[in-house]
Amino acid sequence: MEKTLDLKFNYTDKKDTRSGFGDGLLEAGRKNPNVVGLCADLIGSLKMGAFQKEFPERFFQTGIAEANMMGIAAGLSISGKIPFTGTFANFSTGRVYDQIRQSIAYSDKNVKICASHAGLTLGEDGATHQILEDLGMMKMLPHMTVINPCDYNQTKAATMAIAEHEGPVYLRFGRPVWPIFTPADQKFEIGKAWKMIDGKDVTIFATGHLVWEAVIAEAMLREEGISAEVINIHTIKPLDTEAILDSVAKTGCAVSAEEHQYNGGLGDSIAQTLVRNNPAPLEYVGVDDSFGESGTPTQLLEKYGLNAANIVAAAKRSLARK
Amino acid sequence: MEKKSTEQLQEVASQVRRDILRMVHQVQSGHPGASLGCTEFFTALYFDQLKHDSDFKMEGKNEDLFFLSNGHISPVWYSVLARSGYFPISEMSTFRKLNSRLQGHPATEEHLPGIRIASGSLGQGLSVAIGAAQAKKIDGDDRLVYVLMGDGEQEEGQIWEAAMYAAHWKVDNLIATIDLNRQQIDGPTKEIMDLIDLRAKYEAFGWEVVDTIQGNNMESVLIGLEKAKNLTGQGKPVLNLLHTEMGYGVDFMVGTHKWHGIAPNDQQLADALAQLPETLGDY
Repeated sequence: MEKTLDLKFNYTDKKDTRSGFGDGLLEAGRKNPNVVGLCADLIGSLKMGAFQKEFPERFFQTGIAEANMMGIAAGLSISGKIPFTGTFANFSTGRVYDQIRQSIAYSDKNVKICASHAGLTLGEDGATHQILEDLGMMKMLPHMTVINPCDYNQTKAATMAIAEHEGPVYLRFGRPVWPIFTPADQKFEIGKAWKMIDGKDVTIFATGHLVWEAVIAEAMLREEGISAEVINIHTIKPLDTEAILDSVAKTGCAVSAEEHQYNGGLGDSIAQTLVRNNPAPLEYVGVDDSFGESGTPTQLLEKYGLNAANIVAAAKRSLARK
Repeated sequence: MEKKSTEQLQEVASQVRRDILRMVHQVQSGHPGASLGCTEFFTALYFDQLKHDSDFKMEGKNEDLFFLSNGHISPVWYSVLARSGYFPISEMSTFRKLNSRLQGHPATEEHLPGIRIASGSLGQGLSVAIGAAQAKKIDGDDRLVYVLMGDGEQEEGQIWEAAMYAAHWKVDNLIATIDLNRQQIDGPTKEIMDLIDLRAKYEAFGWEVVDTIQGNNMESVLIGLEKAKNLTGQGKPVLNLLHTEMGYGVDFMVGTHKWHGIAPNDQQLADALAQLPETLGDY
């Protein structure tokens, strides 16, 4: 379907966002000797092997003990180290929420919690590992910055950017091989939304893997004569409320798209912004209070209503409510 | 700082106990029991053992660092910090009150000098201390990292993750102390969750273990800490089992978990203070 569409963004290569993290970490480590890595027995899955090989004295294998890993990271940060912890998103958040809350967020420690295999696109491993609540948990913590980049290049740029940002960060990425449609040389500005496509009828706010689905949806809507604006919300917190309000002031309605529960995700953050400033129709694309299951990423996005066709349908619903 | 004699350290400890009781009494809230039980330990650390600077810097480079994992015994820590010059002793009067830097449990949010991490939710301090010790190794900083935990706290799973990790990574610039008062909120540890043999447990995890049998005797506490220090730098983390009595120093508070989180009333405070000479002047 996408090949026949006139997409505003295209790709020649595909890679997993976790590889963007691994490559970004290696570069951040080369730039700054204070960058240290920790991993809870998932070095291969997190793509942290290159960093470990080049900087063995700055890398700590913690074994399958994520609570301890968060505490070790907090301790390392006290003297000025910049710890990057690596494990699956599920074990980076829910499993260690209290450790993050007390030792990292409340203590305002410069720890980067790097979380792979987030969302449904983890695929066949199923619901035990497909966390869809992590953005909500992490954005509720004071001091915490929450970032969910969309492709390999943006994840790499985000990884390097958070090394230079003082304070705790949750960086979320994933497992599937995904189109690389953003530039390799992009400057990643934390908290600054990126308007990728201008439009006038409806705004699509998307984050993570679903930004690509939003790009496809824009072309599909255009074929039907609907002009959609696509905004890449890579930073969930702090949210770029100015960009959101400016866009909705123009389009008058919106769609949020994320690989996350409705509850507590990007959609809720946008809804809160709109309700408090400029109430306007907002339709959610996300998971509606359910767990995932085993399947391929494509099958799961379709079954749970998270693909481009679902964004198109949501845009039409939102438009109809104007 | 001039080296204090054991007698002088005991005088400091008497004042620290007065501070603890007066703070908890004033706000009718806080945890006097284990604070009193650990008074010799804190006094020995801050007035004898630690190389530390009351002109507080978070990074603590080339200083010995101390972390309190069982954060509820904040009164004893606040007292030794104030008495060492980290902040005005008058500030103790703000303990647990609105707009205070002396939070119920230690925190960094209000930037109280001397505190490097929040604690209170149990089981986390050992991991933090290990991380700080590893940072010192990376930096070639040969000072030590100390951490105090409760004995009831040993029931938390994270402690054992950390214990395994510290031995694996040969974190031998770390002295962890357990306040072995054999009490927890719901009663004696033996009844609530039997710790059985902490020495055997930690040794099995690959640690060096010393016992300080008389944890409320200043001389013994100093000897225990010196013994522990002598075991550092040999490839293993070091544990100091500090045998204490909750409520030590006040005859009606000693040896029971009843005073874990209860404040004395006016009469009880007067009775307690009568047993503790005012050596450095009350705040």
